[in-house]
Amino acid sequence: MATPRPLIGATGRPYWNALDENRIVHQRCGDCARWIFYPRVVCPGCGGGNLAWHEVSGAATLYTFTVAELAVSPDFTDEVPQLLAIAELDIGIRVPTTLVDIDPDDIRIGMALTPVFDHETFGDVTLLRFRPATSGPE
Amino acid sequence: MKRAAIVGLTEFPAQKISAGRTMTSLEMAAILAVRALADAGLRLADVDGISIGGISDTDLFQPAMIAEYLGVQARFADVADLGGATPAGMVWRAAAAIEQGYADVVLCLTPGLGWPAEHDMTAKMRRFGTSSYLPGSPQAEFEIPYGHLGQNAPYAMIAQRYAHVYGYDDRALARLVTHQRRNACMTPGAIFETVPVTENDVLSSRMVARPIRMLEIVMPVYGGAAIVLASEEAAKPARNRPVWLVGHGEMVATKSIFVAEDPLDPPIANAARCAFARARLTPTDIDVTQIYDCYSITVMLTLEAAGFCRPGEGMAFLREHDFTWQGDFPTNTNGGQLGYGQTGLAGGMGHVVEAIRQLSGRAGDRQVKRARNAFVTGNGGIMGEQVALIFQGD
Repeated sequence: MATPRPLIGATGRPYWNALDENRIVHQRCGDCARWIFYPRVVCPGCGGGNLAWHEVSGAATLYTFTVAELAVSPDFTDEVPQLLAIAELDIGIRVPTTLVDIDPDDIRIGMALTPVFDHETFGDVTLLRFRPATSGPE
Repeated sequence: MKRAAIVGLTEFPAQKISAGRTMTSLEMAAILAVRALADAGLRLADVDGISIGGISDTDLFQPAMIAEYLGVQARFADVADLGGATPAGMVWRAAAAIEQGYADVVLCLTPGLGWPAEHDMTAKMRRFGTSSYLPGSPQAEFEIPYGHLGQNAPYAMIAQRYAHVYGYDDRALARLVTHQRRNACMTPGAIFETVPVTENDVLSSRMVARPIRMLEIVMPVYGGAAIVLASEEAAKPARNRPVWLVGHGEMVATKSIFVAEDPLDPPIANAARCAFARARLTPTDIDVTQIYDCYSITVMLTLEAAGFCRPGEGMAFLREHDFTWQGDFPTNTNGGQLGYGQTGLAGGMGHVVEAIRQLSGRAGDRQVKRARNAFVTGNGGIMGEQVALIFQGD
């Protein structure tokens, strides 16, 4: 069964366009310097509207996770066990994602993560997943 | 300022969803209204306020629909939208309206799921849980496509974080489930009234989302509940011992868990502080607690955040106390939603109803001795919108 597509709005469009190019951009408030996710039209820190997109590295650590052994809904039956995770980027914001290339039993909170640009699931939209960061050069 | 008392209550017995349902939620709300008023010894003509949580026969105009159906002229008409915290939110809003003189007798109705409108709702719930998959919803854009939806996985992610920061004791949580189930076995109408469980039953039940297992999760059932609030004057002819709402607090912060600054420091901390300050009481003054229990972990996190123990001590607290109706820390004395069943939005009202029963001396065989002060919580979404209530017996 196909999983639900992201319903992309105009405000988030630059984020998704960047993912298509294997880049990660996030909003930052020009007034209070706060990084913001998800994309907004006002800063939730100061209410300012002076938000600009900046490219970031995507380096992250695992903030928390679960292994869903029962599909979260019928749409995700084919993805069980689902390795649902919240990644904390080095700029401090957290993003909901899934982990790939890891055994469920090896998942540890705090582990270093690196972005994986998933062009396959939807073809015309890129999802941002994460896998364990390797220590040595690739 | 006027005072607001709870003077009447009623509750449908829990029924398995598979049993089906023949009444609409509007009809159930009407029956709940009449029964709660009969319990109070008041009449429909006395009612001048209506608060409604979750009629599934309409998206809009819920209080008007109820007022029309019952022939009530409401000076105060309210709908709360706080997920599982809706009933607790309804109760303090109704009490505030009475205290300010905007109404004298308010019906708070939560009919649970009805027929036939629940079919559409159930289909949506099965796909997206309480997450919104509508254009413009941040969840539809950034969470749902990854499988971040519903409740089980987000609560499991809170539990994993807790395990990382403080450690985890699945047996302590299982023990809580068994205590609540023992309370359910004393409660006529509970879905698990005749089904006790052991710690090993809980620990060997199906893993749903690590570390949360099936028997730590509420089971959806049909049901419904209602209460009647009245001003001190309007409460005089009522039949039962009044129970006063003496403190409340509410904090609404987030819908999604990835946005929460610290999921281990939920909004109930602030809500509970406000409630205790208003009541001029402290956690040690509380005789019985009814804690919103969509999951076992929710109870532990709530007890910690509300100040019954310190952050990180929740697991030890669960090991050291007896949560049955005859224990030293009676909690969810009707079984809670884990034991009574989760009756949709009425689930949170069940916690209120049980607190009132205990404080008015109407809890029958599971009556907690010397129950004067009760602490009740409501919890909506992923611990993002929470309400604390403190009731006092007369």
